[in-house]
Amino acid sequence: MDLSYTPEEEEFRARLREWLAKVLPSLPPKPSPDDWPGRRAYDLGWQRMLYDAGYADVHWDASPTVRLIFLEETEKAGAPYVGANFVGLLHAGPTIAAEGTAEQRARWLPPVLRGEEVWCQGFSEPEAGSDLAALRTRAYRDGDEYVVTGSKIWTSHAEVADWCELLVRTDPSAPKHRGISWLAMRMDAPGVTVRPLRTLAGSTEFAEVFLDEVRVPVAHRVGEENDGWRVTMVTLSFERGTAFVGEVVACRRVLGEIAREARACGRWDDPVVRRRLGRLNAEFRALWRLTQWNVSEAESSGGVPGVGGSVFKLRYSRARQELYEAAAEVWGVGALDLDQGWVTDRLSSLAYTIAAGTSEIQRNIVAERILGLPKG
Amino acid sequence: MRFQLTEDQRALRDGVRGLLARRFGAEALRAAVERPGLDRELWRALGAAGFFSLRLAEAEGGVGLGLPEAVLMFEEAGRALLPGPLAATHLAAGVVPGAADGEAVVTAVGGGGLVEWLDAADVVQGDVTGAVPMRSVDPLTPLWRVPVPDSAVEPDPLFLLLTAAEQLGTAVRMCETAVQHARTREQFGRPIGAFQAVKHLCAELLVRVEVARAAVYAAAVTADPVDVAAARLLADEAAVRGARDCLQVFGGMGFTWEADVHLGLKRAWIRAERGGSNTESEDLLAGELLIEVG
Ligand SMILES: Cc1cc2nc3c(=O)[nH]c(=O)nc-3n(C[C@H](O)[C@H](O)[C@H](O)COP(=O)(O)OP(=O)(O)OC[C@H]3O[C@@H](n4cnc5c(N)ncnc54)[C@H](O)[C@@H]3O)c2cc1C
Repeated sequence: MDLSYTPEEEEFRARLREWLAKVLPSLPPKPSPDDWPGRRAYDLGWQRMLYDAGYADVHWDASPTVRLIFLEETEKAGAPYVGANFVGLLHAGPTIAAEGTAEQRARWLPPVLRGEEVWCQGFSEPEAGSDLAALRTRAYRDGDEYVVTGSKIWTSHAEVADWCELLVRTDPSAPKHRGISWLAMRMDAPGVTVRPLRTLAGSTEFAEVFLDEVRVPVAHRVGEENDGWRVTMVTLSFERGTAFVGEVVACRRVLGEIAREARACGRWDDPVVRRRLGRLNAEFRALWRLTQWNVSEAESSGGVPGVGGSVFKLRYSRARQELYEAAAEVWGVGALDLDQGWVTDRLSSLAYTIAAGTSEIQRNIVAERILGLPKG
Repeated sequence: MRFQLTEDQRALRDGVRGLLARRFGAEALRAAVERPGLDRELWRALGAAGFFSLRLAEAEGGVGLGLPEAVLMFEEAGRALLPGPLAATHLAAGVVPGAADGEAVVTAVGGGGLVEWLDAADVVQGDVTGAVPMRSVDPLTPLWRVPVPDSAVEPDPLFLLLTAAEQLGTAVRMCETAVQHARTREQFGRPIGAFQAVKHLCAELLVRVEVARAAVYAAAVTADPVDVAAARLLADEAAVRGARDCLQVFGGMGFTWEADVHLGLKRAWIRAERGGSNTESEDLLAGELLIEVG
């Protein structure tokens, strides 16, 4: 049991810190949440800066520990969040790196790293959310192309994406987990229509995507035809396993801000408030330790994160919501004012027990795959 | 960073687990409930295995290991529901003669003025003037109360941490027990573990165990009082809530004296009081939020 870092890792941390201190003050102002082209440009611009400084591939090629240091330091320094690059960097990219051919890796990975292309995730459908394998979007083969028809929903960043990691049914007669394929689809292909959906936070974070006879080259299939479910499991393990790690650091920062605010507005004298914040501190400290534990395990086993990610996600998604409930107690009526930046964060936190697999689904995974309880 | 058990630590844990399974398995636990009293022979066996002298330097006749190893041993003790003032005796090794090798039984006044095993102890640390026996909720932990506890005495972080490690072990046991029962008990023609309501209770049991484990092990590495406070809160939660959920999974059988579930719950309750009230730990953690941000 060791929580110390190697000299090389410490050196990486120091170098990164120095670089962040130098470049962050020169960043352009953050675009408003509804300015989608502006957000795309901003997120890609940040990725380009990381690329030029040699940090772009930290999510893929670096060791899990170096990735942890990267996420910790960028978050502590208040660097931009991955934003629109979330899917490309954190799960489509790693999936292509793990499952794609040499050609596919050469085609898709460098533009993600250089901050040139944005990806989105077209998994969920109106009739296939938790029961993802029930998806109906059809793809039949026509020469060396697939012809895709159907619709996707809750597709985050669809408005600004260049590519979509798309799940389609290529064999309707096979059992539902068997007939699925994983495709990379261009979002500007003829037949793709994006209709933004308004979230409860008022923004258009995600969208419905309609696909009408969209042609996708067979060469854009990652993995074998009808073997897409296995590839999907790889994608989901990246999504659940590592994608939320940096956010724990952000939550600890927010908790500190809430404590300061409580002191400033007199709520700190209320022992109930103090105890609540103290408990949350215990919670986020423990979640950070669990992160370090999981990262060490990933480091020793090498490769794709395991189902341990579900354990983390279950607790983290709840804690994040409790964090903003505590904030609301401190802020009082201010918690109803959308002009307070963190009120939007409170609203966004409601998605965490739903997106990337609901808490109920995660509990099923923990019970069946870790504890070995029978399937229902 | 290698925040995982080393080979040696794994071997140590397995060794202690094996010893406790032989010396204090399910039968012994039941027998102890029928005939309460501190088993001196077992205490000496623990001493011989280095349970109390583990962190004592080799030059002083100890094993020369650290807090992480002690925490692993205490986790196993908690998993076995091993009775006795283990933490107090461990912390007295090298200070109280005979504690290190298990010849002496040492108890201490815990937070809130609670004293365990006062009648069986050879040495008591703290002021027990006027101590009054209680009819202890846990058949395996006799209890006394000191009428006016010395509120100025801060609980020793190591005492809190070793207690948290015991809580973690008990939480592990409760999770294992619940899962085992959910796999075998059948209702409506299938194992109850196939029903989602039961499955989800079990999943949450595991989540609390894993979060507590990360916190307890990290506190063992850093020995930082704030880490210890966090570990303590999460381990208490894992053990107490875990035992209650395990009882729920057991249904009516869980409410009986025969099922060991109540023993886990009662011990977890007592340990949660050992370090004084939770409020102090929560306040410490709250205060740290202000320090950290300046
Ligand atoms: C902010 C946000 C962003 C998202 N981004 C994307 C994206 O980019 N790409 C994408 O493909 N998807 C995305 N999603 C979709 C997300 O993955 C789904 O919402 C999620 O998997 C749940 O599916 P559903 O919404 O259809 O709910 P349903 O599956 O209809 O579930 C409704 C309720 O029933 C419960 N339930 C369902 N099945 C079971 C069961 N077997 N046992 C117990 N309870 C059950 C659920 O837990 C939930 O409480 C996003 C969602 C959100 C909220």
